[in-house]
Amino acid sequence: MADALLEVANLRIGARTVEPDGTRAMLEIVKGISFSLPMGRVLGLIGESGAGKSTIGLAALAYGRGSVEITGGTVRLSGEDLLALGPRAINAVRGRRVAYVAQSAAAAFNPAHRLGDQVIEASLRFGLMSRREARARAVELFALLGLPEPESFGYRYPHQVSGGQLQRAMTAMALHRKPDLIVFDEPTTALDVTTQIDVLAAIKRAIEETGTAALYITHDLAVVAQIADEIMVLRHGEMVEHGTTAQIISDPQQDYTRALVNIRNVRKEAATDQSSAVLAVKGVTAAYGRGPKVLDNVSLHVPKGQTLAIVGESGSGKSTLARVITGLLPASAGEIWFNDAPLPPRLANRSKDQLRRIQLIYQMADTAVNPRQTVAQIIGRPLRLYHGLTGKTRQARVQQLLDDIEMGSGFADRYPAELSGGQKQRVAIARALAADPEIIICDEPTSALDPLVAEGILRLLMKLQAERDISYIFITHDIAIVRAIADSVAVMLQGRVQRFGPREEVLSPPFDAYTDLLLKSVPEMQPGWLEQAISARRMESGGQ
Amino acid sequence: MRLRSIPISAWIGMFGIALAFIAALFAPWLAPYGEREIIGAVWEPMSWQHPLGTDNLGRDLLSRLIFGAQTTLFVALGASVLSFTIGIVLSFIAAVTGGWIDQGLSRVNDLMMSIPTLIFALVVLAALPQEIWILILVMAVLDSTRVFRLGRAVALDIAVMDFVEAARLRGEGTSWIIFREILPNALSPLLAEFGLRFAFAVLFLSTLSFLGLGIQPPEADWGGMVRDNNDGIIFGVPAALIPGGAIAALAVCVNIVVDWLLRRTSSLKGGRDG
Repeated sequence: MADALLEVANLRIGARTVEPDGTRAMLEIVKGISFSLPMGRVLGLIGESGAGKSTIGLAALAYGRGSVEITGGTVRLSGEDLLALGPRAINAVRGRRVAYVAQSAAAAFNPAHRLGDQVIEASLRFGLMSRREARARAVELFALLGLPEPESFGYRYPHQVSGGQLQRAMTAMALHRKPDLIVFDEPTTALDVTTQIDVLAAIKRAIEETGTAALYITHDLAVVAQIADEIMVLRHGEMVEHGTTAQIISDPQQDYTRALVNIRNVRKEAATDQSSAVLAVKGVTAAYGRGPKVLDNVSLHVPKGQTLAIVGESGSGKSTLARVITGLLPASAGEIWFNDAPLPPRLANRSKDQLRRIQLIYQMADTAVNPRQTVAQIIGRPLRLYHGLTGKTRQARVQQLLDDIEMGSGFADRYPAELSGGQKQRVAIARALAADPEIIICDEPTSALDPLVAEGILRLLMKLQAERDISYIFITHDIAIVRAIADSVAVMLQGRVQRFGPREEVLSPPFDAYTDLLLKSVPEMQPGWLEQAISARRMESGGQ
Repeated sequence: MRLRSIPISAWIGMFGIALAFIAALFAPWLAPYGEREIIGAVWEPMSWQHPLGTDNLGRDLLSRLIFGAQTTLFVALGASVLSFTIGIVLSFIAAVTGGWIDQGLSRVNDLMMSIPTLIFALVVLAALPQEIWILILVMAVLDSTRVFRLGRAVALDIAVMDFVEAARLRGEGTSWIIFREILPNALSPLLAEFGLRFAFAVLFLSTLSFLGLGIQPPEADWGGMVRDNNDGIIFGVPAALIPGGAIAALAVCVNIVVDWLLRRTSSLKGGRDG
């Protein structure tokens, strides 16, 4: 294409690695990717972690992170080969023509400087405009991105604004230089769904109005479908499929793309009888130290062999509820009842058998298993502690548990560093299972995983529930998961239970305002959903 | 572990340490002359009879170097190992239990650190009988305050990890959490500190000897030999440099080995040794 702004041809990127025995090797992480991006268009790069999507995004800035090296191919911006430029010339390109928006805005801003100064810094540095012009443009962009009080927003420090606002401020920083191309690297992944929709809408409007081209990197197909004109699906550093957004969503050609599009087809019928409670939370109030109440008079119960999903955004108190139930944070008022007897509020006062019956699965499997213990040690410990198993019988039971979590033999002697994210989470599940629990609290166990891996974990959890009659408390912010696996649902907001009951009842109207907002904010996999959701929201607020 | 995967630098380090240990263990057989034997004139130059020359009293320097390895290794290594044992156990207990136990241990530690180490050692050693195990004990206790600070900081970081919380939820006791969950993950920074602390222990021992409270003459130790011979440097006699070089070489060897252990243990976490 003659009018291509960015033209990437046969791009190859490798990472230098050192093997345990000291030999150096070059691991190829991007294997010959080609695409071209005309002015004003948005290309979505999608794939699971390790697919090379971020690496490709950074290569558009001719940048390799750490030991990453661009080993072949060309990256041309308006016909100019970026890879052939010297350090000084490449800096000028990065300053003026290509900008980057990182996943974690909180880590990307310097906490010691005002937001406004950081937003205009690059434009001043490259002498693109005077300070007065730069300020005016920043205010303009803040308004365009829907930030509150655009005139004074720039005088705030990063810690004085919310995560969603910070992400928009970062977009303003990228747009400020009027770049030809912006690379968005998962800009909404770390945000709550209700915030994500605002940021997405702001980014989309800004892209349209400024006419910049963009590479939009994400692992969420539903998100990229709202923004991108074209989508490229990546896997293991190779292109799987490339097409227009409509074509990828409605008519995927490859099996892998089809799996991504049809994700979340895990379905479980909600149980009808939800009266028998294995665990009941009765009027619990809790706070950290003398701070404000994090939980305020929370009551709910978990039926035996069923799943209670607790949804809410970050800060709603859902993880704190898990800490109260496990005894890590004693409640200041209220009780936890387990099998028709009250549980001691403190961990130290609970018997070993009580501890055994309630197990926990964490969000980050990386930190939830000890990196210095082998899989067999990790899974074997609860067997020794609770059931007194040793030697051969324990070994056999560990293998049996590994079979249950579909990992088979050969994993027992591995260390966590030698496992993938999904495998680590499976080991954590096996550790919980080893205790033979009646209830497992799952604290966002799939939110750090790629969609296909997450689906595997959900299937595994459902299978185990059917086999062993275990109850789950499933903490999540993902409504799609709730729709798929929950029997009953509790919606939490600012430490209170907003809505609690059987799934069909909670997820069907009439809704309270918050549940409505939450349900409408979940991206759906169809182009144009974003506009509908935003305009629906406007109409409501206009009508009130 | 395969022998071939050990880098050459680690071999050099282990060779140096082994050499010092052999010298210490077999000193009476290896040394050409006795430890206290005066065999020549003061500060004789190197010759076939005296490969490293003689010291300020006319004793054979090589023989004293070999005998000195005994006390230096025994006292410095003993004190370092002991100080790490005390420091790690106490600091981990403080970090894991928290509350007033943590406050109590930490404040006592601060109190001990607020008194200059050398003065503290002088007072205590002057009051107590001059025995080698008392010397080791005093050095270890004083040094353990530094280990305590580091150990507590490292353990606090690890104690908030999810796998430690999981162990608590499982109902594990404090000793399991300390020795099975935290210690293996804290080894890297602690090993690095060990290499440094060992070198300091050798120097501290020589300082004490210089003040007359460490190793008592005429028994040889490397630090004391530096002090005995340092006047010679004014006259161009290199006798002081030889035990000084031995201290430096030993410290370097210990640190090379520690560095290698560090790399080996941290590589388990993956990606650290890029």
